[in-house]
Amino acid sequence: MSTTAPTPHPCPIPQPLPPPPIPSHSSSSSSPASGMSEAAEEPDSPPTHMSEDSSSSGDRWTPDLRGGNGGGPRSAPPDQVLENVLESVLEFLTAARDRNAASLVCRSWYRAEAQTRRELFIGNCYAVSPGRAVERFGGVRSVVLKGKPRFADFSLVPEGWGAYVQPWVAAMGRAYPRLERICLKRMTVTDDDLALVAQSFPLFKELSLVCCDGFSTLGLAIIAERCRHLKVLELIENSVEDEEDALVDWISKFPVSNTSMESLMFDCVGVPFNFEALEALVARSPSLRRLRVNHHVSLEQLRRLMARAPQLTHLGTGSFRSDAPEGGGMSVSELVPSFAASRSIVCLSGFREVNPEYLPAIYPVCGNLTSLNFSFASLNADDLIPVIRQCHKLQTFWVLDTVGDEGLRAVAETCSDLRELRVFPLDATEDSDGSVSDVGLQAISEGCRKLEYILYFCQRMTNTAVIAMSKNCPDLVVFRLCIMGRRRPDRITGEPMDEGFGSIVMNCKKLTRLSVSGLLTDKAFTYIGKYGKLIKTLSLAFSGDSDLSLQYLFEGCTRLQKLEVRDSPFSDKGLLSGLDSFYNMRFLWMNSCSLTTRGCREVAQRMPNLVVEVIREQDEMETENVDKVYLYRSLAGARSDKPKFVKVL
Amino acid sequence: MDYGHVDVENLKATELTLGVPGAEETDKMPTPRAGSKRAHAGDHHEEEPKAALPAAKAQVVGWPPVRSYRKSCFQQQSSSKSKATAPGEVQKQEVPAVSVVAATPPAAVGSGGSLFVKVSMDGAPYLRKIDLKMYKGYRELREALEAMFLGFSNDAASVNPSDFAVTYEDKDGDLMLVGDVPFEMFMSTCKRMRIMKGSEARGLGSSKE
Repeated sequence: MSTTAPTPHPCPIPQPLPPPPIPSHSSSSSSPASGMSEAAEEPDSPPTHMSEDSSSSGDRWTPDLRGGNGGGPRSAPPDQVLENVLESVLEFLTAARDRNAASLVCRSWYRAEAQTRRELFIGNCYAVSPGRAVERFGGVRSVVLKGKPRFADFSLVPEGWGAYVQPWVAAMGRAYPRLERICLKRMTVTDDDLALVAQSFPLFKELSLVCCDGFSTLGLAIIAERCRHLKVLELIENSVEDEEDALVDWISKFPVSNTSMESLMFDCVGVPFNFEALEALVARSPSLRRLRVNHHVSLEQLRRLMARAPQLTHLGTGSFRSDAPEGGGMSVSELVPSFAASRSIVCLSGFREVNPEYLPAIYPVCGNLTSLNFSFASLNADDLIPVIRQCHKLQTFWVLDTVGDEGLRAVAETCSDLRELRVFPLDATEDSDGSVSDVGLQAISEGCRKLEYILYFCQRMTNTAVIAMSKNCPDLVVFRLCIMGRRRPDRITGEPMDEGFGSIVMNCKKLTRLSVSGLLTDKAFTYIGKYGKLIKTLSLAFSGDSDLSLQYLFEGCTRLQKLEVRDSPFSDKGLLSGLDSFYNMRFLWMNSCSLTTRGCREVAQRMPNLVVEVIREQDEMETENVDKVYLYRSLAGARSDKPKFVKVL
Repeated sequence: MDYGHVDVENLKATELTLGVPGAEETDKMPTPRAGSKRAHAGDHHEEEPKAALPAAKAQVVGWPPVRSYRKSCFQQQSSSKSKATAPGEVQKQEVPAVSVVAATPPAAVGSGGSLFVKVSMDGAPYLRKIDLKMYKGYRELREALEAMFLGFSNDAASVNPSDFAVTYEDKDGDLMLVGDVPFEMFMSTCKRMRIMKGSEARGLGSSKE
């Protein structure tokens, strides 16, 4: 850590804002959800510039000194000086983990850290009350909040469960007038909440909503219109209400005076909008680097946008289809120059209704691409392979399983730098004809040795292929394999998939996240418990034989923070074997196992700082059998906003 | 298609299927019986008689774990592409897509939860299942049903809507005409639906909308 001038500085070195979730030009700059999770899980990315001179922006923060503001060093009492120095130094700490550690040193450090923390990360919005959070941290500029448990994405959390952002916005509105950035994941955000944001934070710059629900184009219009300094609006996989007769043309609401947009992503806002307004906004935004439009944008319109913004680095291409009737639209060669002129594009996505004839138009940028998301484009291998073969620098690739094992082989042969691969099913049902298999996985493992993240949906898998991946790709940090047929064994040997997953935990020493599937016995969990020492997030479904599996996990995975289990033969005994772990975890979710109210109540009684929620379907009767339990550590106790179908034990 | 994790050789001959006997055997999936271990005895889904349609098999909520946002995007895509095609075809390749993306008009993505009800049509060889939460109102629902079932007529263009009446069985077990009550109320009371054809329906169908 560099020191300032030898005499203590009365004002700390101004700390620039932490960068937005997706760092520029780095390998992890990629597609929607991963950017959010990276920022939230490891908020330790360094500030983009660490200059000692004051930045030109007027946002210099001065500490809340009891002795008055900015007195010269010689006149400040010694302990004041120490606090000033401490605060100056602590400004440099950005990682939450480091900050948490610093705050435990002594009271003085606690106070100094609390005053200098700029980004507040709350992984579970019910773990602490908003009032308490804002009381402790006085100088926050950026907030990351996560709400519902991840299984809410798969319709396992009934509607109305909670995770309302309103009390947070209300508390922050009073406490943080200088708030600049809000990132929310899996929270319910209403139009009123958005209005409150716009009203409470005059310096507001960045809004990122991932997998949220509850708002409509009206709320977006309010944000666009009233947040005069808005730079970033990223809407990723949200469920936007779109009452046909209540649609608001929100894009038109960006004032002409807003010329500072840097990132605008709205592919999930699936309603039509005023294209001319978007074009004008893009034209007056020289800093715009990331633009992801929805499927109402045709190729002709895309071309116009690209002409206005040749400096884009991240482009979501909308429908990628001509709006003219059959054969009447522009030709491929008319589209090529747009891409040829966009020398900065490193990330492409969209292709929501792609017409494969136009794909060759993107060839000029393929050689520069580090991230490519085809996961909403049902293209077959013949369409994809020619594109893939051009993408030598690809580091992140999202695609549908229509790519096939053949297409994955092309990826393996071309993309030796690949770090992240996600293969989604076109047909997400158990009986579908999955088009990728162990063959594709094996090929990838052989060609993409630097792989760090894989999500792979398939119908057929072998232990051999998984073992091969464990050996060929030792850098794996995230391994999520979903064999879609429940409890499916190795397709060749008929054996359980224990050995495959076992070798993953054994050989991939950096593994922090694991999702298992297929036929798995308790043996798999002996491996995971024994070798998965760094695992933080674990997802199980239809796996294991007995409570021993849970026991092995709780005993062995000492770093476990998030455990999600469904439809597995675990009883109260297994649940209770985790008592020693629960305070170290953010949460445990179990549904459709063999738990009872009695067992859950025992957990609740023995762990006072744990909230144990038993969740029913909305009109279900209370029974002794528990279908869904969600337990999490919390300083706030039982929440006051729980619906009728949630019982806190 | 059977994936072999349960010994069902003796059951396979008795399974109800729509294909020619033996047509379902594929060589894509070698199905090893020997040595396959059963996870536990609670696995009783395989004993259900299977139709060729995935939609007829018991669906498990939230499995495979694909975000509802992603699933609904494919429903939107399919709807805008399938305007001219006859969506009721029985081909195996298309049916899985239809069962998920069901040629339905785009609806606002439901915020969690789904409400699957069986839909039968007089004279159709098999039933379908639809998720009522995917529809905002009766018009969308009717369009979806028309898209799903028109393929069973000989000539889709000659179908007269007034020859059909869409009815449902409510919580009391009574057969009701769809469209009389507000859509939300309908959603909460509908147990299953039945599309009636011919003389029973004549005249009733045209009273909709």
